[in-house]
Amino acid sequence: MNGKPLVSIVTAGMSKFGRFDGVYARELFVEAVTDAYQKCPNLDPKRDIQALFVGQMGESFEHQGHTGPTMADWAGLTPIPSIRTEAACSSSAVALRTGIFAVMSGLYDTVMVAGVEKMTHRKTSDVTEYLAMACDYPFEQYQGATFPGLFAMVGRAHMHKYGTTEKQMALVAVKNHKHGAMNPKAHMQKEICLEDALSSRIVAYPLKLYDCSLITDGACCLILTKPETAKKYTDTPVNIIGTGQASDTIGLYERENLTNLDAGRLAGNEAYKMANVEPKDIDVAEVHDCFTIAEIVAYEDLGFCEKGKGGCLIENGQTGIDGKVAVNTSGGLKAKGHPVGATGAAQAYEVYLQLTQQAGKRQVKDAEIGLTHNIGGLGATGVVNILKRA
Amino acid sequence: MAETRPFTIDSFYKYVGEHKLMAAKCNKCGAIQLPPRPACTKCMSKDQQWIPVNPKGKLLTYTIIHVAPKEFESKAPYALGIVKFDNDGQLLGMIRDIEPTKLQVGMTVAIDFETTSTPATPQTPAQWPAWPRYFFKPA
Repeated sequence: MNGKPLVSIVTAGMSKFGRFDGVYARELFVEAVTDAYQKCPNLDPKRDIQALFVGQMGESFEHQGHTGPTMADWAGLTPIPSIRTEAACSSSAVALRTGIFAVMSGLYDTVMVAGVEKMTHRKTSDVTEYLAMACDYPFEQYQGATFPGLFAMVGRAHMHKYGTTEKQMALVAVKNHKHGAMNPKAHMQKEICLEDALSSRIVAYPLKLYDCSLITDGACCLILTKPETAKKYTDTPVNIIGTGQASDTIGLYERENLTNLDAGRLAGNEAYKMANVEPKDIDVAEVHDCFTIAEIVAYEDLGFCEKGKGGCLIENGQTGIDGKVAVNTSGGLKAKGHPVGATGAAQAYEVYLQLTQQAGKRQVKDAEIGLTHNIGGLGATGVVNILKRA
Repeated sequence: MAETRPFTIDSFYKYVGEHKLMAAKCNKCGAIQLPPRPACTKCMSKDQQWIPVNPKGKLLTYTIIHVAPKEFESKAPYALGIVKFDNDGQLLGMIRDIEPTKLQVGMTVAIDFETTSTPATPQTPAQWPAWPRYFFKPA
């Protein structure tokens, strides 16, 4: 592929992320879809969109399965084929990849890829239980493991092996809240200070409340077309030039390496190779900060720093908007929020905004190449996509 | 010769109920699988045998769960760890009989099983299997 565009993004839309009582997932989906349409008057959705790929993690949240046609129906897209992809918290990164394949296959010229999740109407204990379904049942859930607990074990192993500190983890939260405060669609638009983060209550040692991402409602979509026809829709398309995905054991417990998430690393390697770019070429990245330690691990797995130096990278301020690589300018899962099935698409949405100079107060100057890194479960799925200004 | 139990999760937990920690060893490539699987994931052979796992191992990492799932709320805070056993294989489980603050990565722990004198097993939802439990303790 060698850096050639695989597909082009011609428009993208996102609902506000947050807590929306009395609103259904499909209604949030319509908000995202109409946002994308309104920004792209040259697109005639009923004429041009030929297939829908939509990521969603859990039918338990709304007792609603069959998500593909549910969303297609509410968005006025029937009778085009609609397919739900599920890969836990990376469900819509996988939808995006599936959309890339669909266009590259030549079967379709233009498709919608999307993600959606409605979570906040459920009690936290129910949400915790549903999310835990993405880790191993008989040897993790059954033993009392939770998602924060499993990521905490990655964190504790990282502290032991590399000297990473709780303060460094907290600094990820401080940074991402700072970015989220500049994102009008973020769930939490409020800065926090280091002391708040460090003194918040323990969820699973060493992770505290402020190390955890948010339970959020939200939806997001992107319209992909063949690169040759992208200019028909917009003067400022963004190309996807690399994509990668890898799988790892469903359980964390049997891995030799407990300090990194290999599926994310391997997905990154594949995407870098396809895009013909190196980590140092990345101007802006949305990475999977479901817990603060996961962002530190992502720095290492994506080659933004050496293995074990992720804590230093955040401590030296190199991942802020003016840093060596701007990471999670949207606020990340930590502050923008983490409607699990919508997260992968929302990461691509933020990078799309950055590469088209639409990121407002959080705009990274001259951003040309961006990356998304989405993790499913405890790293059993890793997806990386690389985007470039056309 | 006694009939070989199938290499399933259920068999693994039945052994746990007999206070035995058992893994599957592949007769073709020698790989050890803990927990057992119907076929060896290294070479996909189904020619396997049960072997006992050394009950002692090293604590690779741990956490202390404060916000627990519903079924474990009465136990919180509790320690969970991942242990690498001395001959092979790793498992995740609850660590008992130690102050959480005394836990250390690298410490030696041993497998422990539920006995009649153990406090009641955490209540699990009705649809969850009622497998016997294993734990870790300092060794």
